Amino acid sequence: MDILLQQIINGLVQGSVYALVALGYTMVYGILGLINFAHGEVVMVGAMVALASIQVLLAAALSPLLVLVLSVIVAVAVCMALGYSIERIAYRPLRNAPRLAPLITAIGVSIVLQNLAMIIWGREYHSFPQLLPNNPHNIGGAIINEVQIAIVITAIAVMLGLMLLVHRTRLGRAMRAVAENPTAASLMGVNINKVISTTFMLGSALAAIAGIMVSANYGVVHYYMGFMLGLKAFTAAVLGGIGNLRGAMVGGVLLGLIESLGAGYIGPLTGGILGSNYQDAFAFFVLIAVLIFRPSGLLGERVAERA
Amino acid sequence: MLRHSFALLFSAALLVTVTACSKSETPKSSSASDELVVRIGAAAPLTGPQAHIGKDNENGTRMAIEDANARGIMIGGRKARFELLSEDDQTDPKTATIVAQKLVDAKVNGVIGHLNSGTTIPAARIYNDNGIPQISPSATAVSYTAQGFKTAFRVMANDGQQGKVLGEFAVKKLNAKTIAVIDDRTAYGQGLADEFIKSAQAQGAQIVAHEYTTDKAVDFSAVLTSIKGKKPDLLFFGGMDPQGVPMVKQLKSLGLSAKFMMGDGGYTPKMPELAGAAADGMYASLPGVPLDRMPNGRDFAQRYEAKFKQPIQLYAPYCYDATNVMIAAMQKAGSAEPAKYLPELAKTSYDGVTAKISFDDKGDLKGGAITLYQVQQGKWVAIETMGGAAP
Repeated sequence: MDILLQQIINGLVQGSVYALVALGYTMVYGILGLINFAHGEVVMVGAMVALASIQVLLAAALSPLLVLVLSVIVAVAVCMALGYSIERIAYRPLRNAPRLAPLITAIGVSIVLQNLAMIIWGREYHSFPQLLPNNPHNIGGAIINEVQIAIVITAIAVMLGLMLLVHRTRLGRAMRAVAENPTAASLMGVNINKVISTTFMLGSALAAIAGIMVSANYGVVHYYMGFMLGLKAFTAAVLGGIGNLRGAMVGGVLLGLIESLGAGYIGPLTGGILGSNYQDAFAFFVLIAVLIFRPSGLLGERVAERA
Repeated sequence: MLRHSFALLFSAALLVTVTACSKSETPKSSSASDELVVRIGAAAPLTGPQAHIGKDNENGTRMAIEDANARGIMIGGRKARFELLSEDDQTDPKTATIVAQKLVDAKVNGVIGHLNSGTTIPAARIYNDNGIPQISPSATAVSYTAQGFKTAFRVMANDGQQGKVLGEFAVKKLNAKTIAVIDDRTAYGQGLADEFIKSAQAQGAQIVAHEYTTDKAVDFSAVLTSIKGKKPDLLFFGGMDPQGVPMVKQLKSLGLSAKFMMGDGGYTPKMPELAGAAADGMYASLPGVPLDRMPNGRDFAQRYEAKFKQPIQLYAPYCYDATNVMIAAMQKAGSAEPAKYLPELAKTSYDGVTAKISFDDKGDLKGGAITLYQVQQGKWVAIETMGGAAP
């Protein structure tokens, strides 16, 4: 029983990170119909920038909590600027081009960012300092530490904030309007370019936060870390219904749970025929099954709500 | 994209050197001033999660080549100038065959590589088909030299030897009765884990779990949790340090009390540096005798650090030895022609910085020693050297 509980906690922590990154994919898709494949790399840049600023701030002998808050602010600011530039340079000139063109530039941006990070921060792994206390807490035999609790709480808070923003503010209304019909929105006086830029900046801010979470949890930062995470989060977004905010959250948490329960129980359930080497295959199998029966994802049909 | 433009630049540079060389090889009467250009290919992952180890390999090979050029080596009465052609195989077996073909097309005289068993094995066929001698510094999978290629050599004990020693050590010295195993499903991780299991079972230990991951994963909480339920005395991981670091950290944060052990893929300075206190007490092995016990080992380490401004990661000394072994065979044969120096290479007897190197009829290192290390207070400490009577 404690093992099952532990697997669920593992899945929730992992899923919260997937969900945050998936939100970035889904927001951009909702507005532009574009898969921003560079998003995983923005997560990595967020982690790297946070690490660099933590090193500078720790040298200035500030308190750990202050260092964390300041470095989050720096990382979020840098990533927002990066998200804005990516959209301005790689996507806006191609807005009326065939759909494949921006997809190719997205992959290009991803490779450029990866290689730039490799040149700036080197090929080696960096250790991410531990700023929060990391004491294990025992819940019914399962163990969760403070960093993981912080990850889940932050993820929930950020998601709720985003929902409020999209559904209750002027900006959110503009975003929904652009998502529904860009031409009509612009005739109604919505500045489309500004809304799209803001969306990219918001998504990148979420990516920065996710990057810091992942690094704090694993304690390791590497220029390559965004690639696999981006792929998994993209899967989560599709699973939940791409373009749908709630779908991204549900898809992320679900993917995390499927992965951890799959890896933990696939062996015993199949009598040892399939092992944990099918962990990733299991997640993709679920994705395929969902797409066969619900091609637009779990929550994908609520087109009006996409943002 | 960047990578591609680099590749373009690189091939352009290659074209220039090729044309330049063909010019220098046009018959000139003064044979003394004639330089013999010898191209040594190097292949390792220079991008991706193992890029830090791959770059380390390239550095080791580069150092041997620059040393040889500085010494001014004569091959068959002509002054030899060695050139390094370094390729990125991205830890990917498919890419490995592409870069192998690229090196063959560039007419290299020999290849030092690849780093991983998974890339070395498919590439070996291409080198063999073209008669190019290949020395892998670090591919330890048994099947690499079992393919029956005359051109394939390695300067490191294979997983048959290493897995056996690790299994015996775990059971006899660490008193592990129940053992859990994770492997990363690469040719190296899988092969080493299988040999380890064979040896541990032969010693009477029980394997309570065999779980799997990949060489790109960072989250192991799920498999570790299911292993935790089986309460093993020891956990063995067949894989490299990019997975080892987060694994040992998650092991500790999940409250597993099992001892942690890896093969040569875990013996890097990054391991204790990045995992911190979590790595304390873990074990890893490395074929060969500890570097500072070798006659020239300490000197090599100092020169390496002075030159590249970073400590040796893992296999650089093996690459250095492999390159020198190849150069020595060329000198002895009086030719850098692959077909001419290959017989000399097979007969090698060379005092390297990692071991006294000679090959058996399969191309494996004869009588390789294996050393076990433990992390004590954030540093790797050699605790025992097993096997490896002087050849």
